[in-house]
Amino acid sequence: MSTFTLFCLIVVLAVIGFFAGRHKVNSQSKPLHSLPRYYGTYVALFAFIPALLVLLVWLLASPIFLGKTIASQITADMIPEGGSAELVLSDVSRIAQGLRAGADNGLILTENINDTVNLAVLADVLASSGVFLGGELNPDVLQLALSYTDAAAFSHFLMICVVLGLAMAGFVFAYGRVNPEFWARNRVEQTYLGVLILAAGLAILTTAGIVLSMLFETINFFQLHEMRDFFFGLNWAPNFHGDSELSILPLLWGTLYISLVALLVAVPVGLFAAIYLSEYASKTVRSVAKPLLEVLAGIPTIVYGLFALITFGPFLKDWFGDGGFLGVNWMGDARSVATAGIVMGIMLIPFVSSLSDDIINAVPQALRDGSYGLGATQSETVKQVVLPAALPGIVGAILLAASRAIGETMIVVLGAGAIARFTGNPLEALTTITTRIVSQLTGDGDFNSPETLVAFALGLTLFVITLALNIVALYIVRKYREQYE
Amino acid sequence: MTASAKSKSLYDVSDHTKRRNAAEKRFRRYGQGAIMIGLLMLCMLVYTIVSKGTGAFQQTFVTLNVELLESKLDKKGNRDIEDIKKVTTFGYAPLINTAMEAAVSDHGVQSDLKSKEMAKIISKSAPAVMRDLVIADPSLIGQTVELKFLANSWIDGYLKGRVTRDSIANNKNVSSEQLDFVDLMVDAGVIYKGFNLNFILGADASDQRPEDAGIGVAMLGSLAMMVVVLVLALPIGVAASIYLEEFAPKNRITDIIEVNIANLAAVPSIVFGILGLAVFINTMELPQSAPLVGGLVLTLMTLPTIIISTRAALKAVPPSIRSAALGIGASKMQSVFHHVLPLAAPGILTGTIIGLAQALGETAPLLLIGMIGYIASNMPETIAQGFLSPNSAMPAQIYEWAKRADPAFYERAWGGIIILLVFLVTMNTIAVLLRRRFERRW
Repeated sequence: MSTFTLFCLIVVLAVIGFFAGRHKVNSQSKPLHSLPRYYGTYVALFAFIPALLVLLVWLLASPIFLGKTIASQITADMIPEGGSAELVLSDVSRIAQGLRAGADNGLILTENINDTVNLAVLADVLASSGVFLGGELNPDVLQLALSYTDAAAFSHFLMICVVLGLAMAGFVFAYGRVNPEFWARNRVEQTYLGVLILAAGLAILTTAGIVLSMLFETINFFQLHEMRDFFFGLNWAPNFHGDSELSILPLLWGTLYISLVALLVAVPVGLFAAIYLSEYASKTVRSVAKPLLEVLAGIPTIVYGLFALITFGPFLKDWFGDGGFLGVNWMGDARSVATAGIVMGIMLIPFVSSLSDDIINAVPQALRDGSYGLGATQSETVKQVVLPAALPGIVGAILLAASRAIGETMIVVLGAGAIARFTGNPLEALTTITTRIVSQLTGDGDFNSPETLVAFALGLTLFVITLALNIVALYIVRKYREQYE
Repeated sequence: MTASAKSKSLYDVSDHTKRRNAAEKRFRRYGQGAIMIGLLMLCMLVYTIVSKGTGAFQQTFVTLNVELLESKLDKKGNRDIEDIKKVTTFGYAPLINTAMEAAVSDHGVQSDLKSKEMAKIISKSAPAVMRDLVIADPSLIGQTVELKFLANSWIDGYLKGRVTRDSIANNKNVSSEQLDFVDLMVDAGVIYKGFNLNFILGADASDQRPEDAGIGVAMLGSLAMMVVVLVLALPIGVAASIYLEEFAPKNRITDIIEVNIANLAAVPSIVFGILGLAVFINTMELPQSAPLVGGLVLTLMTLPTIIISTRAALKAVPPSIRSAALGIGASKMQSVFHHVLPLAAPGILTGTIIGLAQALGETAPLLLIGMIGYIASNMPETIAQGFLSPNSAMPAQIYEWAKRADPAFYERAWGGIIILLVFLVTMNTIAVLLRRRFERRW
C-alpha cells in the first residue's frame, strides 16, 4: 500500500466519521447542544488529525532513523580507499532504491538475492532502473542495502498499521463520546484554534529553520577553516584542492560599494520624485506617475540582471572602454560596479519613492501652513520644515532600501563580475556576498568541503546584516509614525 | 544708491526675491527631473525588452520536399519498426542534402556551393525531427513529403539582422557564400520567416541549437511551483492571519511572531534558497531541481506577503460586523468564518495574486536548489512527474540562456522575459480589477 493510498484511506475514514457522527445525534430525538454538523466534524477530526500527524512525523523521521542504523553497521573494511562512510551510506541507499525499483518492475525478486547471486548481472539490472554504480558492487554493501530495504519495508508496514490503527481508534473513541449533551462545537472550535496557532507558528519555524540550518553548516565550516581568516583575512581565493583563502572582507567591500552606488542613484531620484508627487504634482499627474514608477518595483530582478549584462554594461563600455567615445580606457569588462550599481539603483527608485511619499504625506498640513504663513516659498517649506520633520522616516526608508541592495542577487550575478578585490574604481569588476553564495553552492565541489560550506557562513552573515538593518529601520519608521498620531 | 533707490517700487521684484523664486523653480525642476528619470528608465527597459525580445517569436524556416528513400531508411523493406529504429540520424542527413539539391534546381537558383554546404544552413535538429516522424508513421517511407525545417541560428540571425557579413568574417559556422545562397533562396520562397510556436510551447535545447530552444517546459515547471505555492501558502497564510488578527492575545509571544513576520518579508530571497537546500534537499532528501522543492521554498518566501495583505483585509472589516454576529448568538469562531472572512475575501485574493506574481518572477532561490544547469528538454509525462521530476522554471530558464553567452540565446532570453512579463501583467491586472470590482468602503 503506497503512502498516498494510506492518506486517501484516512481521508475516507474521516468522511465516514463525519456522516456517522451526524447520524448518531440526529437519530436521537433529544435537543442537541450544537448543530449536528459539529458532531460529525468532531468524529472526523479525531479520525484524521492524530493519524495525519503520526504519518507526517513517521515519513520525516524514518529515513533519518534508518540511515543512522545502517551507518552504525558500516565497518572499516567496507570503505574503499579514498572514500568515506558517508559515500558508502549513500551507495547503500541508492542500491536499495534500485532494488526497490527493480522489484516494482518485476526485474528482481529481493528474496532470491543471496551470496550466490551474480554481482555483475545485478549491477546491470540496477543500471536499468537508473542506479549506476561507480565501482564494483561490494557484497557487504549489497547485504547492507538488502537489510536496508527489509528495514524500510518493515518500517512502512509498521507505519500503515500504526496510522490506520490510530485513525480507527480516534474514530471509535470520538463516535463513542458523541451524544446530544456533548459540547461538540466548543471542542471542534478548540481544534480549529489549535490549527490557526500552528499556522501562525510556522513563521517562527521558518526563521528558526533559516538560522539553524545555516548555523549548523557554519559551525562545520569553522571546524574546517580558521575563523580568523574568514572574518579578518584579506583574500578570497577558493581552491578546490584545499588551502583556500576564504575571507569575507573583499566580498563585503564589493557588496557595500555596489549598494552605495545603487543608493547614490536611487535616493536622490526617489526622494525628489516623492517630494514632487506629494507636494507639487496635480492629482492627474500623481495618479499616472505613481503607478508607473511602481511598475519598476514589480519587474523581476532577472530582467534587471539581463538589462545590466546585455544592454547597460556594453553601453557603459562604449563610453569608457577601450576605443570608446570618450577616448579613455577605463573599463576593461562590461561587468562592473557601475553597471550593477546603477541598474540596481533604478530598481530601488520606486522603493525609496513610495516609502518616502507615505512618510512625507504623514507630516501634518498644519506644519506647512505655519511655514507658508511666515512667508516661506513652497521649496523652502519642504527643505526647512517638511524634510526635517520626515527625516527619521526617510532614513528608515533608505535603510530598508540598503538592506534590499545588500541582499540583491540576480543583478550582481549577471552584472558585477566575479573578481574579489579591494578597488575604488567604479568601472572595474567586483564581486559580492550573494554572487559567491551562488557560485559556491552551484559548483561541482564536494558538499562537505570548506569551499562549499563557506556559502552558509556567508549566508548567515548576510542574514544578520540585513536583519539588523531591517530592525533598526522598522524601529525608526514605527517610532516616527507614532509622533503625529 | 541712486540706481537702487529709483527701482524701489513695490511692483519691482528685489534681487533677494528673484533668487528665492529661482530657487523655487529649480527645486520644482529637480522634482520633475526625478520623475522624468524614473519614467525614462521604465521606457528604456520596456523598449529594450520589446525590441530585443520580439525576434524570438519569429523563426526562419526552410521548406523542402524530402524523398524518404526506402533504400536508406528501411533496407530490408519489411517496415519492421525495430529495423527502422536502427537507422540513426546519420542515415537521414543525406536525404536532406538531396532534397536541398532538388529545391535548388526546381527554383533555378544558381550557386557554386556544394549541396553539403547548402544543407548546413538547416538546423542540426532536422535529421532527428525526420527520424521521429518516420518512426511515428513508417508508411511515409518511399513517399516524398513536404517538410518545414528550422534554419540554423546564424541564418535566422541573418534574416533578423543580427548577423551581418562583417560580423561573420572569421566564423567557422557560416560563410558569406552561404548567406548569398540564402538571399537567393529567400527570393525563391524556400526560406522564409514565420511565427515561432515552438518557442512558446517547446522544450529547451542544447547550446548547439539555439534555434530549437523553447520555454514551454519551463513554463510547466513554473506552473507546478505556483500550484504548490497556492495550495500551501494561501491556507496557511490565511489561518495565521486569522489567528493574529482575531484571536491572539496581546502578549510577548504574539509580539515576537509579528516582528518575525515583518522581518521575514525583508529577508533576501537567496537566504530562502539556502534554507531550501539545507532543509528540503539535504535533510529531507527531496529530489533536486524538482518543482515541488521550488514551490516549497517560494511558499516560505510568499507567506509573509500573503499574511500582511490578509491582515490588512481582515482589519478593514468593521467591528460592527463581528459585534452583530456575536449579538445574535454566533461563537467567535463562527463570526470570523461565516462573516468576517467572506467579506475580506476579495482583499485576500488580491494579496495572494500579487504574492504569486512575486514568486513567479523570483530567480535567486531557484539557483541554489538546482534549477539551473539542467536542460529542460522533456515534457513531464504525468502530473506527479510534473512536480517531482527535474524541471526548470521560467526565470531560471531565462538565466540559463543569458549565461550561454550566445547572441542567439540572448534573443531567447529577452523573448522569455516578454512571456514572463505577460504572465505578471495579467496577474496584476486581475488583482487590480478584483480590487476595483469588490473593494468596499465601510
